[in-house]
Amino acid sequence: MDTQLALWEVFIQKKSGGDHTHCGSVHASDSAMALQNARDIYTRRNEGSSIWVIPSQFVTASKAEEADMLFDPADDKIYRHPTFYVMPEGAKQI
Amino acid sequence: MNTTLAFNSFQEKLDKDFNIEPKDVMPDDYRKHLIRQISQHAHSEVIGMQPEGNWISRAPSLRAKQILLAKIQDEGGHGLYLYSACETLGISRDELIEQLHEGKAKYSNIFNYPSLSWADIGAIGWLVDGAAIVNQVSLQRTSFGPYARAMVRICKEESFHQRQGYEIMATMMSGTKVQREMAQDAMNRWWWPSLMMFGPHDSDSPHSGKAFEWKIKLKSNDELRQKFIDKTVQQAEVIGLTIPDDQLKWNEDKQGYDHGEINWDEFKRVINGNGPCNKQRLDHHKKYHADGAWVREAAAAYAETNSKF
Repeated sequence: MDTQLALWEVFIQKKSGGDHTHCGSVHASDSAMALQNARDIYTRRNEGSSIWVIPSQFVTASKAEEADMLFDPADDKIYRHPTFYVMPEGAKQI
Repeated sequence: MNTTLAFNSFQEKLDKDFNIEPKDVMPDDYRKHLIRQISQHAHSEVIGMQPEGNWISRAPSLRAKQILLAKIQDEGGHGLYLYSACETLGISRDELIEQLHEGKAKYSNIFNYPSLSWADIGAIGWLVDGAAIVNQVSLQRTSFGPYARAMVRICKEESFHQRQGYEIMATMMSGTKVQREMAQDAMNRWWWPSLMMFGPHDSDSPHSGKAFEWKIKLKSNDELRQKFIDKTVQQAEVIGLTIPDDQLKWNEDKQGYDHGEINWDEFKRVINGNGPCNKQRLDHHKKYHADGAWVREAAAAYAETNSKF
């Protein structure tokens, strides 16, 4: 058995209002220790204003070989982007 | 799933300079090569804390002590980023540490040399971390995503390490005759082992072929070593240190320095376990790993009885 405690994924929010970005993982026995370790390891130079830790076992990831199936369909839907539309000459602030 | 197809996609990603990620299909040897390289890198960061830790209690000022503590803490952090990256390849932290303890995994040879004086702390930061930075900057674009991302983070932090080391050397070189001699002595002892950090010459480098094909390695040992020498010589001159190599000479044609023969017999002797501190470094790691076992057990037991996420 691994004696190095469970694996947790660490997400750091750089500034208040921003998104939490994955930055690595830590080993810890519980959430309090995971937070403490994440703070010690990943925020020694003001990198964070908030931390999330999540047990790695609860992360479900899409499979690399399914990437095409999942993301291809978005390729041919350019009408989802504002630049697709032709605006009348002279119209402002649109 | 069709494995030929999956391997094609591995090659296709490499060709397009896309990163390979942990869940991607990858050749077994690619995985093995990375585990060997990243774990060696991680072990080096952690073992490298020892020669510096040796001077915490004897740092010459409170300022110097704070800086040294922060630097050593960084090295521990770097080891942890790298262990995390390595674990994404499907090996556990326990196995990694076991490989270190059994001598199956290596760490950088440089840490088998002792830190004898305060000037050594300067030389380690300036030369050893300086050499490591040259290597790590090129690894920021390595093909395995978690390794590349760890390198980006590490490089951001390393430049403080190198500058604090150079500052120590500069301060000593502007001091008394005895202090200048200490600095030069440290330079003399750390210069050649620092050059050896880049590994054997390209013509004699056993792991390089595939590593280039797989874009794990982007620059050769000799290229990186040259880069390090070229930028360090000027820094030594500025503070009045002499590079301990009487064959060191500027080569106008290649726009770089030619250097004397590296003592590869010494390199082999040290890497095979017969350096001044091999046993001490490993014994120290084993002892503190074992001494900490009760903490891990207690934490696990506490989590067991309070199991809630």
